[in-house]
Amino acid sequence: MNEAAGPATAVVAVRGLWTRFGSTAIHENLDLDIDRGEVVALVGGSGSGKTTLLRAIIMLLQPAAGSIKLFGQEIVGIGDAAAFRLRRRFGMLFQQGALFSSLTVRENVAVPLREHTRLPARQIAEIADLKIALAGLPADTGGKLPRELSGGMLKRAALARALALDPALLFLDEPTAGLDPVSAGAFDELVVQLKESLGLTVVMVTHDLDTLWQATDRVAFLGEKRVIGYAPMQELTRSEHPLIRAYFEGPRGRAAREQTACRAA
Amino acid sequence: MATDSSYPAFEPAIVRCEPGRCRCEGDWTLDGIEKLDLRPQSVGWPKDHIELDGSGIGAIDTTGALRLLTLIAELERASHPVRLVGLREEHQALLDLVQERRASAGALAAAPRPQGHLERLGRTVLHHLNNGLVFLSFIGEAAVALARLALHPARFRWRALFGNIETAGVHALPIIALLAFMMGVVIAYQGGRQLEFYGANIFIVELVALTMLRELAPLITAIVVAGRTGSSYTAQIGTMQVTEEVDALRTIGIPPMDLLVIPKLLALTVALPLLTVFADALSVFGGMVMAQALLDVGFDDFLDRLPKVVTLTSFLLGVGKAPVFAAIIALVGCYQGFRVRGSADSVGRQTTVSVVQSIFLVIAADALFSVVLGGIGL
Ligand SMILES: Nc1ncnc2c1ncn2[C@@H]1O[C@H](COP(=O)(O)OP(=O)(O)OP(=O)(O)O)[C@@H](O)[C@H]1O
Ligand SMILES: [Mg+2]
Repeated sequence: MNEAAGPATAVVAVRGLWTRFGSTAIHENLDLDIDRGEVVALVGGSGSGKTTLLRAIIMLLQPAAGSIKLFGQEIVGIGDAAAFRLRRRFGMLFQQGALFSSLTVRENVAVPLREHTRLPARQIAEIADLKIALAGLPADTGGKLPRELSGGMLKRAALARALALDPALLFLDEPTAGLDPVSAGAFDELVVQLKESLGLTVVMVTHDLDTLWQATDRVAFLGEKRVIGYAPMQELTRSEHPLIRAYFEGPRGRAAREQTACRAA
Repeated sequence: MATDSSYPAFEPAIVRCEPGRCRCEGDWTLDGIEKLDLRPQSVGWPKDHIELDGSGIGAIDTTGALRLLTLIAELERASHPVRLVGLREEHQALLDLVQERRASAGALAAAPRPQGHLERLGRTVLHHLNNGLVFLSFIGEAAVALARLALHPARFRWRALFGNIETAGVHALPIIALLAFMMGVVIAYQGGRQLEFYGANIFIVELVALTMLRELAPLITAIVVAGRTGSSYTAQIGTMQVTEEVDALRTIGIPPMDLLVIPKLLALTVALPLLTVFADALSVFGGMVMAQALLDVGFDDFLDRLPKVVTLTSFLLGVGKAPVFAAIIALVGCYQGFRVRGSADSVGRQTTVSVVQSIFLVIAADALFSVVLGGIGL
């Protein structure tokens, strides 16, 4: 192990990351560490590169420079076999769901199980049904096709697929966008429950201020192509940085904070 | 070392039974339970009451919790009362979470009754009949839209029309040129050997000109265009259907027929006859090259004879079929595009159907032309 690996508990360690599309740089020299068992949110304005950062971390996008370590293993220039084993250990919920449109929800959830385990078909179906239930969907959703679901149900079906392999690390891109407030609250609760009972590490992109207050341990603020603030919500909202202040000081930001303060009191 | 560290070690899950007490051990995780063997002969369950000790479980995840719960349910169904003891607090919490979520999801509805052969046959026939009717009504809608645009020409989308003529016509020139030329060469070569045998070399002109102008050039052009343009019409409209762009057009007040179908239909009706004339010329040229090389019929002799043997009628009959073929290709292509429902898969399926159907219908229409024209003596 060399020094740059960071503390042994860092599940994700990003160092000096540069990503670009054509000649536009999206991230310049970005650093980010996420520890085991933490729920970390990535926030920032639209187009600040949150989704792009997730895509770089989950090996869908080749960074222009820098190093990314997942579970202590360098993924820049990783071999195919090692990448396959690593993919077994994290789940990803895409911003648009990205369910396979020709498969039913149950089959969608079963895809990673079939790909990575040798369990019999009946057990895979049982596990898939459990994940569908965990995501908060009624049992008969399993037999439906993605196009037969509402927007919020799609999100939850995609969450079920991300949970399929009981990953130690879960990436969520805007999980509560498009959910009704009750389901969004239930979602926050589920994330906390899974974190506590499974020791799950969660990295999520979200604009949902309630989620930020209720479910996260730390929040990383993306701006100016770097992480310009990385702290628990309480602390981050006291930051003096103009971008961060503009983000949290709007009427919505204040309402969410006051509500949390009331609940705590 | 790196490859080893990328995968965490785990202890396989196992159940050990002593008289009166069974212990769960190992990691009850997705990896751990993969080889878990719970058959009665390998575990040796006690006769009646079972005390299941969970204190030996290392790690547990939702899959392992599910396995443990189904195990208990199976044992109880086989009339062994089970008492789960010694579970660590956080393991118990996970078990409760899994149990609660499964309960709130409710039970599965019964699977639908399987269909008999006769029922399936009947449904298939009805389905196809219905498809035919829907296609007819689509043609009717297109005709109405065309009439409406004829009354309000200002609403016509000229840009879309010219754009479509360019992609369907101009961009198809190279491939049509190559194929038509090669067809001319092949026909002249195959026929030429027979003619040479009888010393009737000069009749190569009739052979090439009549077969190509009347039959082959229009047909080949239509088939190439069906594969090239018809399929792209289906894929384009189908993808717009999946991404709800078609619905967005309707909402904005643009009838999809006006924007997506009519310009394509008219563009192809213009482009295909022109492409056919182009193919006529190129295929005759192919025949000429072959005639000179193989049969000593020079370009001069060939061109001299050409107007004498090819009447205007046979040229016009060939070109005149092209607009009909064009309408078939454009209507089938667009119709199949609108039939796409919801998924990427469906785009692929409808595109295949579109190409197969339009080629089939083009050839069927060609046969019909031959019969009808033959009947009236042309
Ligand atoms: N495939 C691509 N090609 C070119 N530019 C891209 C591509 N994907 C993203 N970008 C650009 O990268 C920047 C960051 O995009 P990204 O999707 O990461 O934003 P985001 O922070 O997730 O925003 P949002 O909150 O709206 O989802 C944007 O300016 C976007 O235009
Ligand atoms: Mg995004």
